[in-house]
Parts: sequence; C-alpha cells; structure tokens
Amino acid sequence: MSVRSIFARPARFAAIVPYFWMVLFFLVPFGFVLKISLSQTAIAQPPYLPVFDPMQGLAAVKAAFAALSLDNFRLLVSDHLYVLSYLRSLVVATVSTSILLLIGYPIAYGMARLPQRWQSVAMMLVIVPFWTSFLIRIYAWINILQHDGLLNRILLALHLVATPVVWLSTDSAMYLGIVYSYLPFMILPLYATLAKMDPALLEAASDLGSSPRQAFWLVTFPLSLPGVAAGVLLCFIPIVGEFVIPDLLAGSDSLMIGQTLWLEFFTNRDWPVASATAVLLLVLLLAPLLFYDRLQRRQLEGTR
Amino acid sequence: MIEDAAKSAKDADSAKAELLPGLPPAEAEPPPAAADAVLLRIEAVVKKFGAQRAVDRLSLDIRGGEFFALLGPSGCGKTTLLRMLAGFETPDEGCILLDGADIAQVLPHRRPINMMFQSYALFPHLDVRDNIAFGLKRARMPRPEIDTRVAEMVALAKLEGLEKRKPDQLSGGQKQRVALARSLARRPQVLLLDEPLAALDKKLREGTQLELMELQRRLGTTFIIVTHDQEEAMTMADRIGVMNNGRLEQVATPRKLYEAPSSRWVAEFVGDVNLFEGEARPGANGRLTVFTRDAGTIIVTAPLNAVTKSPVSVAVRPEKVKLSRRAPASGVIDAPSTNRLEGVVTDVGYLGGSTTYKIKLDSGAVVRASMINTTRLDSDAYRPTERVVASFTPDDCVVLEQ
Repeated sequence: MSVRSIFARPARFAAIVPYFWMVLFFLVPFGFVLKISLSQTAIAQPPYLPVFDPMQGLAAVKAAFAALSLDNFRLLVSDHLYVLSYLRSLVVATVSTSILLLIGYPIAYGMARLPQRWQSVAMMLVIVPFWTSFLIRIYAWINILQHDGLLNRILLALHLVATPVVWLSTDSAMYLGIVYSYLPFMILPLYATLAKMDPALLEAASDLGSSPRQAFWLVTFPLSLPGVAAGVLLCFIPIVGEFVIPDLLAGSDSLMIGQTLWLEFFTNRDWPVASATAVLLLVLLLAPLLFYDRLQRRQLEGTR
Repeated sequence: MIEDAAKSAKDADSAKAELLPGLPPAEAEPPPAAADAVLLRIEAVVKKFGAQRAVDRLSLDIRGGEFFALLGPSGCGKTTLLRMLAGFETPDEGCILLDGADIAQVLPHRRPINMMFQSYALFPHLDVRDNIAFGLKRARMPRPEIDTRVAEMVALAKLEGLEKRKPDQLSGGQKQRVALARSLARRPQVLLLDEPLAALDKKLREGTQLELMELQRRLGTTFIIVTHDQEEAMTMADRIGVMNNGRLEQVATPRKLYEAPSSRWVAEFVGDVNLFEGEARPGANGRLTVFTRDAGTIIVTAPLNAVTKSPVSVAVRPEKVKLSRRAPASGVIDAPSTNRLEGVVTDVGYLGGSTTYKIKLDSGAVVRASMINTTRLDSDAYRPTERVVASFTPDDCVVLEQ
C-alpha cells in the first residue's frame, strides 16, 4: 500500500496512529537501550562510553561507532549469575503460569456457566483488586505472611502449628504473590472464550454419546485453546520480567532476571550490562510473542 | 372425512376434552394407534419453567417409521417437548416410553435417539469427516467400520469432496447436510429435527424438504420434526400434531388437519379461513342451519358429533368460496342448498398462481375467496367495487364449537 493511499482514506490513516505510537515510545527508546548495551561502562556522566555527539563531526561519530562491541552480551552468556537468573525467571514463569492455568480455568469455566446476571457480578469480583494499588496489595501480603502476621496467628490459634512458620522471603510466598496478582489476566481471556461458546455444542456432544467428561475434553477444551494461549502468554511474558513481587516476597539467595537488571542498573550503575540484560530478555520473549501473534492471526482468519 | 377427523382428534390429549366439553369421552372409541406399532409413547408429560407450564399433561403416540411434525406458534412448547425426547430436559411429571421402556430420566448420551439442531451445532474445530464420525467414535465402533459408515453418510448427504472442510468453510446448505449426516450416523431409532430448514432460503428449503422425505422413506427411521412453518409440516409429515400453550390441539394427517380442523384455533392457525359465528339449529337430511349475525342463514353438513354448544363457528376455506357475477333478477337457483352471500369486491390480491379477493358483505363482514388463475389472459377478472355473489356448498363448511 502506498503512502498516498494510506492518507487518502481517514480510516487507514487512523490505523497508522498505533504504529506511530509504537515507533515513538517503543522503537526509539529501544534504540537507545540497544546502543547502550553495546557500550562500555565508565565513571562519567552518562556512565558509559562511547557517547555519540554529532557536534564533534562525522569522524568522531564514526570512531564512536567503531567502539561499540558485543562484550556485554558475551558476559551475560558466560557468567553463571546471569544465566541462572534467566533460568530462574523462566522456571518461575513456567511454574506460576501452570498454577494460574490450573486455578484460572475452573474459575473461568464456572463463571461462564453462571446465569447471565451473575456473570457480570463474578466479572466485577475478578476485576475489583485492580481498584487498589498493586504495591499496596503486595505489602498487604507481607503483613499477612510475616512472622507475627495474620496467617501465622490463625495457624497458631487453630493449633495447626506450634511455632510460627517462616512464610515471608520464601519461594512459596513469591509464587503466592505472583498467582494472586496475575489471576485476573488468566481468568479474563479464558472466560471470554468459554462464555461465547455455543451451549448447543455440548448438547450435540452429549446427544452423540459423550459423557460430560468426554464432552469437556473433546469439545469445550479444544475450543477454549485460543483463550488458554492468550491467558498463558498474558501471564508468562510479564512474569518472566517480574521484579516487584520476587523482590518483596522471595528470599535474596536467588534472583530473577528483573532483579538482576535492577541491581546492575541502580546498585552497580552498570548501564551497559543492564541494557544488554534487557535486550536479551526481550529477544527471549520474542519467541512466545511471535507465537501468540500467529495464533491470533489464524483465529482472525478463522472467524472471517 | 369428518368422521376420521373426529377419530384423529382422540389422538390428542385429554386436555382437549376439557376444551370441548361437548365431545363424548375418549374411551367411547377404540384407541386409534393400537393397530400400528407404537414406538414412542408420551404419557401425560408436564414440564414447568417456574410457574409456567411449557408442556401441560401432553400425551402422544408416535408410530415406528413415521414422519411426525410438531407444529405450533413460537412458545407453544414444541421445542421443549423435543428436548425432553432428546434428554436435554427432564419431564416434571409423566413418562416417555421408547419401545415400552421409560426413558424420561435417561441421560441424552445413553438414548438411541439423535437430534439435528436448529443451529446445526457442528463442532467448529473438527472437519466434516470428524463431525460425522464423532458419535461413532463415542460408540467405540472399530475404525474400519467408522470409515465405511462415514463414507455411507457422506454419500447419503451428498457431501463428497467436502470431508476435509471445517464447518466455517461450508455454505448454509452444506452445513445443514453435515448436521443431518452426523445425526443419522449412529442409526438412531428416532431422529429429532429442530427447525431443520429454518436457516435455509426458500428455494433451497423446498428442495431439502423433498430430500428429507425421500431419505426418511429410504431409511425407515422415525422422524420427529419441530417447525412453525405449516407448509413445511404439511409437505413432509405423515401426521401433524398442532401444539398451543403446551397442549396438543389436534393430531391428524395434513389433509384432515386442513379440511377438518377440530377447533376454531386450529382452523385459524393452519391456513386461511372465513369464520361466521351463529346459533345452530338442526335441519333436514343431515344438515344444520346456522343463523349467523354477519352472513345470514348458512346451511352446513352436520358434524358427526352432535353440536351441543351454541354459538358455533362455521369455517369455510377461501378456495372453497366460488365467486360469480350477480345473478339476474329472475335468478335460476342452481342448487337450493348452496350458500350464497352477496357483497362488493373491495380488495384484489394477485399472487401469480392464484388471486385472492376480499368481498365486503352488506352486513359489513368480509369474506375472503381465493381463485386459481387457470388462464393467462383473464379479461373477466373481478374488479374492486364490483358486486358479486360468493357461494359455497354445505359440505365445504366445518362447524366448530367455540
């Protein structure tokens, strides 16, 4: 499509606005990050070298270009600290997403089976936590999970434990926090696909000899797969880069990549390594993103 | 014919006896379907949704190999009845006997009954072949047999070459045939069809009606179809059960239903009809004389069951009403018993094959007449404002109690 035809039609022109947005607020900043990731750390302002300064002439810019290197990326893949952080992030995201799916699917399924007027109430209940700041909710979990917190007091009162259990700064607490925070993102896409499913399909399945269990696995579940994919990716991708929840609820013995990035950036003031970490994270997440994009495209074609 | 109609009216549930208290009790005659093999017996079935009775003490016998239509306006309970036969709804009272065994509480997947859904309900993630094979796989049929049966169904429904298509790649007519093939694949004893042709356009619908009839005759499967389209029911069904407010108004062959409706409601629901209310008095040689408010004295052939209630309605179908130009003053009366109504043509509706006329009688009442256009050039057609005589014989009238 030529530029002229884009501008000839207002509707098409409207369609390029999001692209413009993406270029301005994603691609340009990402270009900066990418450039910094290829630079070297320096005790300077800004804390890296080389710095492109067009004022110093073309030769200086060329020299700066020559000074760029992949050293930071080499460090990332060779140092255990970073490799382990990436691995831990992937493991945490995989485990949390699995738990989210196991909890979210039945909830979404139940919601979709509710009478119409109760469905909107259930939807409200899922969304209601968003009305409170995310940070406050995580701090509330700290209150609940800490040594003399609500959970331990209840357990003690019920004589289920003799001494307070250490909850805070454990992986369990982190998983609890992640699952709690991301549950709506799993439920909503699942609910959307399950709710629009024609109930006659289940009747047809049972009419043709399927038990309710068979009808679920042969009809409901396959038809909800687009919702499953959307929910899984909607949770998996941000969990990989999650920083706040592991930082507040997990112990400090092993770090997720988001925490490592934070350390490099703010504690070590190593902007180039931090940037390289971010770029590599993005590359890692590109695979599931592209997969999701293809899936959506296929679905769009299917509905036509 | 009227005698037969009276008999068929007995097929209807006891509720009808309440509607027409003048009729003698049903046990006066032998049970009508006793000679035929009853495959499906519905006995005093009640289904309530809240306080409303969707199906109200309904009884019906359906014979093996029959093409039966449930006809009624929307909300009359016909779909609810069908869903009870499929097992998607459970009756609150009464029983449903299939070959003598009560299946009212049997889950849908354990019934030898299949249903073709109004929305077709094809599985969108499965191709045509897998849709048809779905029920066979659940029956744990060996794979080679499944392949044979699917091929058979594909040929039956004329779906050759479409086996690998997904439902969203099919036209409406093709989807309809896949749904049919899928519901027949398990060789059910009874096939339920919920408005199977509602989503097709008129031309396709007519062709499909004939295909369905042929298929039913070939397979010998009992078909029960639910429809609100009386033409569809009349064309296809051996017998029609007309439902209203959760009850059967009449169960009869299409011809009996049309020519000898058992109630005013049925007469008005099935086809077009002229109705004249009046007081009935017995007349000579098997005739009744009805003194109507709008159309004077009408002589009708007396129904088999004595009319015990007045006022009555005289029903005459428009195509039974013959029009003629006003007879000369000295008028030769062709048959003394013919009913003659004089009036002015007010409305002429040309429908191609036939023309309908509205004639305003001197009393102000309107009579509708329908005439077949047997010739192409009809210079002699009746025109508005023309004064005409509408006539019909006593045999063409049906007397209905209110």
